[in-house]
Amino acid sequence: MTFRRTWATMRKEIKHIVRDPRSLVLALAQPFLMLLLFGYALSLDVDRIPTLIYDADGTSRSRDLTQRFLASRFFEIRGHVNSYDAIEREIDRGSVLIGLVVPQDYSRRVDAGTDAQVQILLDGSDANTATIALSYVSSLIQNYSLELRSEGRGSGTRPAPPIDARLRVWYNSTMESKNQVVPGLIAVIMMIIAVLLTSLTIAREWETGAMEQLLSTPLRPAEMVLGKMMAYLLVGVMDVAIAMAVGIFVFDVPFRGNLLLLAGASLIFLFGALCWGIFLSAATRSQVMAYQLGIVTSFMPSMVLSGFVWAIDNMPEVIQWITRIVPARYMVTILKVIFLKGVGLEALWVEFLCLLAFATLVFLGAAYKLRQKLG
Amino acid sequence: MVETPSNGTAVEVTALVKRFGEFVAVNGISFQVRRGEIFGFLGPNGAGKSTTIRILCGLLRPTSGTALVSGIDVARNPEAVRKQLGYVSQRFSLYADLTVGENLDFFGGIYGVPRRLRAERKEQALRTMGLVDQAGTMTALLPGGWKQRLALACAILHQPPVLFLDEPTSGVDPIARREFWDLIHRLSAGGQTIFISSHHMDEVERCHRLALMHAGRIIALGAPNRLKRELYTQGLLLIESSDTLESMRAIENVPGVREAAVYGAGLHVTVDETAATAQRIGEALRGRGIEVRRIESILPSMEDLFVSLIEAQERRSA
Repeated sequence: MTFRRTWATMRKEIKHIVRDPRSLVLALAQPFLMLLLFGYALSLDVDRIPTLIYDADGTSRSRDLTQRFLASRFFEIRGHVNSYDAIEREIDRGSVLIGLVVPQDYSRRVDAGTDAQVQILLDGSDANTATIALSYVSSLIQNYSLELRSEGRGSGTRPAPPIDARLRVWYNSTMESKNQVVPGLIAVIMMIIAVLLTSLTIAREWETGAMEQLLSTPLRPAEMVLGKMMAYLLVGVMDVAIAMAVGIFVFDVPFRGNLLLLAGASLIFLFGALCWGIFLSAATRSQVMAYQLGIVTSFMPSMVLSGFVWAIDNMPEVIQWITRIVPARYMVTILKVIFLKGVGLEALWVEFLCLLAFATLVFLGAAYKLRQKLG
Repeated sequence: MVETPSNGTAVEVTALVKRFGEFVAVNGISFQVRRGEIFGFLGPNGAGKSTTIRILCGLLRPTSGTALVSGIDVARNPEAVRKQLGYVSQRFSLYADLTVGENLDFFGGIYGVPRRLRAERKEQALRTMGLVDQAGTMTALLPGGWKQRLALACAILHQPPVLFLDEPTSGVDPIARREFWDLIHRLSAGGQTIFISSHHMDEVERCHRLALMHAGRIIALGAPNRLKRELYTQGLLLIESSDTLESMRAIENVPGVREAAVYGAGLHVTVDETAATAQRIGEALRGRGIEVRRIESILPSMEDLFVSLIEAQERRSA
């Protein structure tokens, strides 16, 4: 292997990239557009839950309760109605998620110190959102009932104070999902773009007939893969920088970690992803096929199995095993941890090793595929 | 400048066979190419020319037999052989989005031309191929014939002892083709061995020696004129008369005439017993009142030879 031949290949490949400005602009605009699109579309926050109130009691006590909902940023009161039917209708139409029903005897029971009940009607068709909404409702009601209890028993024997659990969320203290989503998204986008960038290169050489010529020269497969990979690595690094800038400046995701560590991880990850594109290109020898396979093998697994939206721990065991061969999984972890926790290599070396193993394996695979001659 | 084994053989092929499944593309051919020679490979498409060249360039593994280029066994040591050869493949179109100079830079790099020699070699290749003024031109904008020259320029940067050119002149106009052959002769004069395939019957007459290939076999091998003299068993007469078409009808049934075809203003007539048949043809034409301007025995063209050889071959196998 000589540096001379690798270098010549890289220079030639850079010229191809530069001489095709439309593709280059597209390659650089892609992370920006994808991040904006997915960043806004994939918000997992549940707030301003549309709520309808049926207050059959209609006393100052019941109004006190409904006032709590009105004051909370998690709920948005869409109106007051006078029947179950009206709530049912609105839930069916999907215009509200929650119906709060305060029964007629509510204030009487509260005043009497017996158990008072309110009813929550909840649209459970989106289980995820419903669970979160329900937890907001129950915590609000619980707090309120504790207040009532202590107020009602102002004198006399005070009950043991209920445990006041004050949770403090670390790392993502405002629990904004974008802080989780955006770093993961950067990894996913890097994977997709890198694979698509190189998926055409070798197939193009085959389709134009240049490959036959190249194979007759002393240029070795590993040199060709490396040369092409390095040229596209430059584009990939620019893409990472753009995606990072959008994450930090547009989405306000805090960056607490070490930039150098992140750069190192990105380089290893890009190396592997670019080689995967080259591998597909060498294996199919067709630009169309390689591109399509590139989308299928990068987009789907990175999106679904990397744990960037759906937690891997909640997946069936078999699927959890499969996620181990999805390189984006490790990069998602690395990016999230570097962005949000700011810890160093001591906590991430396993992921680094996995990325390194992936990159090496795919590089060797691509070189091997190229070595296979015509017959 | 050229390293070849001392015995002066640039390419040596022995009992070479290449099968693709059931299909036998190359069927046990043997030949030698001398150093500095222009060796032509002539034959129709599918005769096995490209397959042989690709084996010699280390792109295909032979099914059996051996092929040595500069004394190196291409099947055993394809990596080493690649430094000894330049190859212009049939389909090669260079990189259209690079300039002429950039294409040369790239190939100089991957052929491993040392950095200190690279500028000089590039200049030399541009000069030899008459591309000096085109160095900055985008390859896509080069006229057809010039692309072949650039391909050749790219293949000689590392000064390989042997050059393999697979149908380099297909799709090139006659003038560009003639210029291309002039270049090949210049390279050959410089000591390089040139192995060139073609299905243009006329141009291969400019080879020092050639092999006629048909259905995977070499059916004739030698210098063009020697082949024509020795292998064309029938005679060939050129006849010019006052009425070409009438003459063709008149000689059809003359004994000794095998075939007649209009060729320019005259007739090419394949005959047995050349002298006697010429006599009979002259009598037959004059008997019909046709003025005979010329009857003479001529050397067959390569095409005449090739067709007659293939027909003979097929008669034998039938």
